[in-house]
Amino acid sequence: MTDTSQTPLVQLKDISISFGGIRAVDHVSLDLYPGEVVGLLGHNGAGKSTLIKILSGAYQKDGGEIWIEGQPAEINSPRDARDYNIETIYQTLALADNLDAASNLFLGRELTTAAGFVDDAKMESETAKIMARLNPNFRKLKEPVSALSGGQRQSVAIAKAVYFKAKILIMDEPTAALGVHETQMVADLIQELKKQGLGIFLISHDTREMLELCDRVSVMKNGKMIGTERVEDVTEDDILSMIIMGKKPDQAA
Amino acid sequence: MTDQTTQPPGTTKEPEGTIARFFRETELDTRLLGMLGALAIIWIGFHVYGQLVNGFGAFLTPRNLWNLSVQTASIGIMATGMVLVIITRHIDLSVGSMLGFCAIVMGVVQVNILPQFLGLGHPMIWIIAVIIGILCGSFIGAFHGALIAYGKIPAFIVTLGGLLVWRGAAFLVARGETISPVDPTFRLMGGGPYGAIGATGSWIVGILGCVAVLGLILMGRRKRTTFHIAQRPVWAETFLAIVGCGAVIGAVLLVNAYPWPRGIVRRYAEAEGITIPEGGLFISHGFAIPVLILVAVAIFMTILMSRTRFGRYVYAIGGNPEAAELAGINTRWMTVKIFALMGALTGLSAVVASARLGSATNALGTLDELYVIAAAVIGGTSLAGGVGTIYGAILGALVMQSLQTGMVLIGFDAAIQQVVVGSVLVLAVYLDILYRRKSK
Repeated sequence: MTDTSQTPLVQLKDISISFGGIRAVDHVSLDLYPGEVVGLLGHNGAGKSTLIKILSGAYQKDGGEIWIEGQPAEINSPRDARDYNIETIYQTLALADNLDAASNLFLGRELTTAAGFVDDAKMESETAKIMARLNPNFRKLKEPVSALSGGQRQSVAIAKAVYFKAKILIMDEPTAALGVHETQMVADLIQELKKQGLGIFLISHDTREMLELCDRVSVMKNGKMIGTERVEDVTEDDILSMIIMGKKPDQAA
Repeated sequence: MTDQTTQPPGTTKEPEGTIARFFRETELDTRLLGMLGALAIIWIGFHVYGQLVNGFGAFLTPRNLWNLSVQTASIGIMATGMVLVIITRHIDLSVGSMLGFCAIVMGVVQVNILPQFLGLGHPMIWIIAVIIGILCGSFIGAFHGALIAYGKIPAFIVTLGGLLVWRGAAFLVARGETISPVDPTFRLMGGGPYGAIGATGSWIVGILGCVAVLGLILMGRRKRTTFHIAQRPVWAETFLAIVGCGAVIGAVLLVNAYPWPRGIVRRYAEAEGITIPEGGLFISHGFAIPVLILVAVAIFMTILMSRTRFGRYVYAIGGNPEAAELAGINTRWMTVKIFALMGALTGLSAVVASARLGSATNALGTLDELYVIAAAVIGGTSLAGGVGTIYGAILGALVMQSLQTGMVLIGFDAAIQQVVVGSVLVLAVYLDILYRRKSK
């Protein structure tokens, strides 16, 4: 259970961003506590991914504040976000297809030798270690990730977050490209990371899956936050009506 | 998250042939072997054609191969830079004109300006000229890169503009005059009998090369032991060592088998006060200095691309620019650096080209951009981005130059040469596409 008396890991306060006159995110506020999974739901174009990309540094907000662990934070680039231990697993997986798993895992944070050269052998052995933990079937260490299956690619992306000890994890449609079995593995992993005290933002279209995985769900529509509910307080129908009609369950009745 | 390629039970693995096993164990790049094979066919083909049709096979002679190595140097140096440009999904059409511009600037500096202050033949002249040439190329390249990265103008347009601008600028710098003669020390970087390091020097280079081959193999083994990665079998390592050292020693024997021409030997003997023994004096050329410059560039660029973050980022940007950006790589600044490096290599190439000519003209390097791009592409650099190697580009340059030299030797005229070179480019890319499709 989430202990809301703690300092929130992330506080998004009154965030706004516009693209060419369209308010993609319109004065949205959202908190995330340690060991909590918060789901973001909404139609395509509701502003979920945009909101999350502001936190991960891919977009720069027009207004509002981001607080990390009770301190105001300046996040202007993916590098800044990383410095706050925010890791993102993107919908498109954001892997360089022509590079192998190790190069992707360490991209932008390569291990180097004393002479300043990239240490491929060390990175490969570290990758082998973390992969043995996350996905014991993963063997194609030397091949470009384009040769990997959806699930294997996903484990490379997740390994990045785990290896670099993320405190805040953003997962944008992490199971969209996966089969049933692989989806279950992601679900198990989310539970494990949760136990370790990470805060996780999860974006998905699958309402049922979200109710299983999340502690709280937030619904967005047309860039606005409709509401945030604890999963035990709402039914799937309540959530659907929020998504479709843009009303909270008590108002909808 | 499971490995879906695991074999279903009941199917047995296909028995592996000796050849397949050989390639797997030696971890040799089959593409590289394909290119070497193509090169061998070109070389032997021209030689045999010469023998049959003209009664004299001129291709596989020390003299021709030595000249071929010198002619490849200028294009080869630039091709190593073009690999980076093309990997990151850009193109540079301006290198030929930049080469002409840098050459003219260096010519003016060393012939018209520096002698006024330092006196003719001052030992600093060539050094300053070379530095200015390389800086000139770097600045132009960085400027192009900045327009592409920050101005968001497509590289094709920026460098197409550059193609015209720098050729015109080269004319304006010296009002179209040819500037000669260049500084005598500067001239050595273009090759020729004096611009080569001789028999002893070549053996020293050859021995260093063999030591490097063995050192790399041993270091590789040690690294694999440290991180518990499977070793190559000893026979495979031995095979690689023998082939590597054999190639180096073969090259030394080849360049040492090409003697200075008689006239130059006579002049040299007179100057040094040596009497020429009966039957003539055999003075070996040895490795030409431009070739050694190319080798140094190749080593530097290979280390840069495979052992540094910079190289890793070049590949990452080529593979997925968005992912590179999200991984915190400053892709725009990388573009500026890549084009600046291309420019610096063009400046160096201008040194070799104008030194070889012994003068600087504003037409130097005309059409070079096409040969450089062709060399990189024949060498396996993918225009779709993300794929390419330095050694491939140099081999590509060698293939291009071999075709041209070969056709001159057997007496094809310029029109046929163009038809052949153009066709080969298209064919090479087609074969590459087939190869990649198959290996996927």
